[in-house]
Amino acid sequence: MKELRLMKGNEAIAEAAIRAGADGYFGYPITPQSEILEYLMVQKPYETTGMVVLQAESEVAAINMVYGGASCGKKCWTSSSSPGISLKQEGISYMAGAELPALIVNVVRGGPGLGTIQPSQSDYFQATKGGGHGDYRLLVLAPASVQEMADFVPLAFELAFKYRNPAMILTDGVIGQMMEKVELQEFVPRWTQEEINKISPWATTGKTRDRERNIITSLDLDSNKQERHVLSLERKYKAMEDNEVRFEKIQCDDAEYLLVAFGSSARICQKAVDLARAKGIKVGLLRPITLFPFPKIPLYKLAHQVKGMLTVEMNLGQMVEDVRLAVNGKVKVEHFGRYGGIIPNPEEVVNILETKIIGA
Amino acid sequence: MAEITREEIIKPENLVYKKTDLLVDRALSYCPGCGHGTVHRMLMEVIEEMDIQSQTIGIAPVGCSVLAYEFLDIDMQQAAHGRAPALATAIKRLMPEKYVFTYQGDGDLAAIGTAETIHACNRGENIVIIFINNGIYGMTGGQMAPTTLPGMKASTCPYGRDTQIMGNPLKITELVATLPGTCYVTRHSVHTPANVRKTKRAIRKAFELSYANKGVSFVEVVSNCNSGWKMTPVQSNKWMEENMFPYYPLGDIKVPTV
Repeated sequence: MKELRLMKGNEAIAEAAIRAGADGYFGYPITPQSEILEYLMVQKPYETTGMVVLQAESEVAAINMVYGGASCGKKCWTSSSSPGISLKQEGISYMAGAELPALIVNVVRGGPGLGTIQPSQSDYFQATKGGGHGDYRLLVLAPASVQEMADFVPLAFELAFKYRNPAMILTDGVIGQMMEKVELQEFVPRWTQEEINKISPWATTGKTRDRERNIITSLDLDSNKQERHVLSLERKYKAMEDNEVRFEKIQCDDAEYLLVAFGSSARICQKAVDLARAKGIKVGLLRPITLFPFPKIPLYKLAHQVKGMLTVEMNLGQMVEDVRLAVNGKVKVEHFGRYGGIIPNPEEVVNILETKIIGA
Repeated sequence: MAEITREEIIKPENLVYKKTDLLVDRALSYCPGCGHGTVHRMLMEVIEEMDIQSQTIGIAPVGCSVLAYEFLDIDMQQAAHGRAPALATAIKRLMPEKYVFTYQGDGDLAAIGTAETIHACNRGENIVIIFINNGIYGMTGGQMAPTTLPGMKASTCPYGRDTQIMGNPLKITELVATLPGTCYVTRHSVHTPANVRKTKRAIRKAFELSYANKGVSFVEVVSNCNSGWKMTPVQSNKWMEENMFPYYPLGDIKVPTV
């Protein structure tokens, strides 16, 4: 049955994965997400649901363990934070190429380099534009609450298996570390071998006489075949754009100005909307929930309604590029960011909106 | 004695040896004279004799055997360079009733994948690692490998491996034998019929031990690379005996204690 608990975002993700019937978690410690592996080792799901939990020797090994498990049709996942996610990019690219479903959680910290252990949103480009080598996309979900941290785990698995593509939960140290009330879903049993055979007939489960052997690979030395493969991936990404765009509109109906923000920045912007409206400024907020596919059409429609848009991101201006592409010059789009682990406050968001958009 | 005609020889009842059905009917991508094809055959003969085709999942590396899945009629995964033991770890833990093996060359296993090799061996994953050591990067055109012998020439050590500059060849097989997670560590070759038979017995033993959850079974096959070494197959086998075997001596390095 459903259950209410007060939990950290990182713990909620771990608990949600157990309840979603995940088969295997492979991770490596890094701040600010080590609670995920710690929580799992305390819960010992390998004794209850049968979910495998393993601390790998590196992020590289962890993502390749996910590759091995996903190739068997198992629900596998890993988590890390920015520097560790950089290390995983090789494996993520191979999984995109081999069309493997899996969940990767990035609890973002500020960079580049070792950067800071404080929260940031500076991995937006890496998450949404590919990240590793080659032509590919991830499905990227951006939770803005501990509840969404829990809810997006089964959703990410569902989408990953629907499209045979890795899915990422892109969150940050704020949501990972903060505690909120969360309603946990009921336990879903792990798939049986019969179910896996039906859901993922492509999986390497041991070749039986009634079928051809299954091969998981991202390699094709024949350029014509490789081109056909890349084009089939493109069709898949297009289908995601057609079917999977998710976003939230807050006070947009009468808005004359629009804030665009995801994840923890969207929480701050929600407060900024209230502050601005108290001053008589009609502001709305569009919160992209899927960062890929990006809510281009809703933004394009709003560009015909509002006088200006401000993106608020804890980075030097990454999502703002997608917003500008979406509105295609129809309306002014500016960016406001804080860096290095500094979290913007709602007052400065309103202030920047007034100076950069309204007063400009 | 009467003359036996060709037609009589090829009658099914006179058949004494044939290619295992678990090798796919297609030309191997390996150079003529290379040991890979023989190891593939021994591997698939073992899987056929143990009747474990439906229980076996193999992992191909990056290197000459990157396309191994094209030739072996079993479910296979192709791994990123060096990561095969990480894949195998997850597969075996998620499906403990399966036989899981990796098939890797020296560059894959002993250079870029050293961490994955050492840690899978140290954790004692119940997998088989088949390690083909020819002391060279064959697929990319004959560059120096972690196992290239001192003085041996390769395209990135054209005057011979100078250990003062390029470091020493890595005896990774002896290294993994020191780890508690390995149960069976052995080194073989496939350059004579007797050695082929020994290699096959070692592969079978490795599969049986991994299934009995004894830890990693690690089978090294010292092999020739006549193309990379720029020799004829016969010359390369002789060179291997005279140069590779003294550095990489054949035989069991670690055997399970009963």
